[in-house]
Amino acid sequence: MSKREIIDSRELNIALNRLCCKLIENHGDFSNSILIGLQPRGGQVLGRLVKLLEAQYGVIDIRTGLLDITFFRDDFRRRPGHLQPNKTKIEHLVEDQNVVFIDDVLYTGRSVRAAMDAILSYGRPSKMELLTLIDRRFSRDLPIQPDYKGRQVDTIASQRVEVLWEEEDGRDAVLLTEPAS
Amino acid sequence: MSELSVNHLLGIKHLNAEDIQLILDTAKEFKEVLNRPIKKVPTLRDITIANLFFENSTRTRLSFELAEKRLSADVVNFSAASSSVKKGETLVDTVNNILSMKVDMVVMRHPNPGAGEFLSQHVDASIVNAGDGAHEHPTQALLDAFSIREKLGTLEGAKVAIVGDIVHSRVALSNVLLLKKMGAEVMVCGPTTLVPKYMHTLGVRVEHNLQTAIEWCDVANMLRVQHERQDIKYFPSIAEYRAQYGLTMEHLDALEKPIVVMHPGPINRGVEITSEVADSEHAIILDQVENGVAVRMAVLYLLAEKRKLGKS
Repeated sequence: MSKREIIDSRELNIALNRLCCKLIENHGDFSNSILIGLQPRGGQVLGRLVKLLEAQYGVIDIRTGLLDITFFRDDFRRRPGHLQPNKTKIEHLVEDQNVVFIDDVLYTGRSVRAAMDAILSYGRPSKMELLTLIDRRFSRDLPIQPDYKGRQVDTIASQRVEVLWEEEDGRDAVLLTEPAS
Repeated sequence: MSELSVNHLLGIKHLNAEDIQLILDTAKEFKEVLNRPIKKVPTLRDITIANLFFENSTRTRLSFELAEKRLSADVVNFSAASSSVKKGETLVDTVNNILSMKVDMVVMRHPNPGAGEFLSQHVDASIVNAGDGAHEHPTQALLDAFSIREKLGTLEGAKVAIVGDIVHSRVALSNVLLLKKMGAEVMVCGPTTLVPKYMHTLGVRVEHNLQTAIEWCDVANMLRVQHERQDIKYFPSIAEYRAQYGLTMEHLDALEKPIVVMHPGPINRGVEITSEVADSEHAIILDQVENGVAVRMAVLYLLAEKRKLGKS
């Protein structure tokens, strides 16, 4: 198994800044918008975006939440092992709001399908959008595409894309893991 | 975390500390589900569950049924009073007839200890014991533990006194087994006639004085006096039981530190606890009921997860 860095810290920072600008273009002061991080890895992207939006772009009082999709997955009892649920924290009403789902890597699109289902338990958003830091294109199982993407990468099914964060992993980077041949 | 180590929930006896931790952690996420505007998830939509109650129950049956429906399972209910059991059908025949209608899981309450275990050896369904005689009531112990953990933050080192009719109580045995596995200190307290002789062999303190027990504990779990299971007189009168073992506001007000009061229900108001105590801020009796649904959802979810498609 080999690991290769495909995006470094500087490139990641540029991508995050670009995503912030695009969000501001579409959501203005975010007064009708809620940013929802998809558990378990979307929370880190969300945290970083909010920090940038506040510090670099002066956007304040952004409403956020964390959504766990475990109970809405379509592979319960179909894959070996245990599906461990994570914490969900949604303290704002999503009824008639613009919801932006935020995740680190978009692959098959099945998590996003589950997220669209799960968020309806909290009301009917007027709009749902998807932001992903990394888009593994040509690998979708469902007709789902991101509205905002940091970087697009071409990968095959046996590869893994892993996003590292300074806060937890000591550095910002995106790694591509190749299986042992 | 890994899956549960068991395929059935027959008793706390069969669970290890990791299983208990997994159930309580999962229940925490289901409690969040129960506080959403829409309290339903689609997880068990391809699972059918039969609730077989060979003994009367209100809250446990409702709690299981609600948990099943919140998980989107299909549910069939059966109670012994209106069934062929009265016509002489055996337990295995009754259950096999129900299972031939493609039922995946069975939640069973039965007056005979070990009924769930027996059934698990003879039918191909996941069995959840919802109370078997005076033996075990695992989901009650799990919801009690969940409630204690929610209140105190941890079970490790918690001092829990179980007070009252220990000898007839499946809740007491399951609670003792669970609390000991999770590192809590346990005391049982009641009249000598209502505390089993070998209770101390389970590693619990035995006490016969209520005042001593409540001064020692962080949590008092007040059990119901089970008149229906008492074939002989275990104490002279209700009035005397109340005087010796009934928990009152005077008891609680005189304590140096506040304690948490629990009761598995149904309450005999004015016998094991007074109405004032039951309705006071010390009591978490209604929290226990709310937590019961979340804990049962966790148990059903984790057991269903072990019935992988293609194997069930």
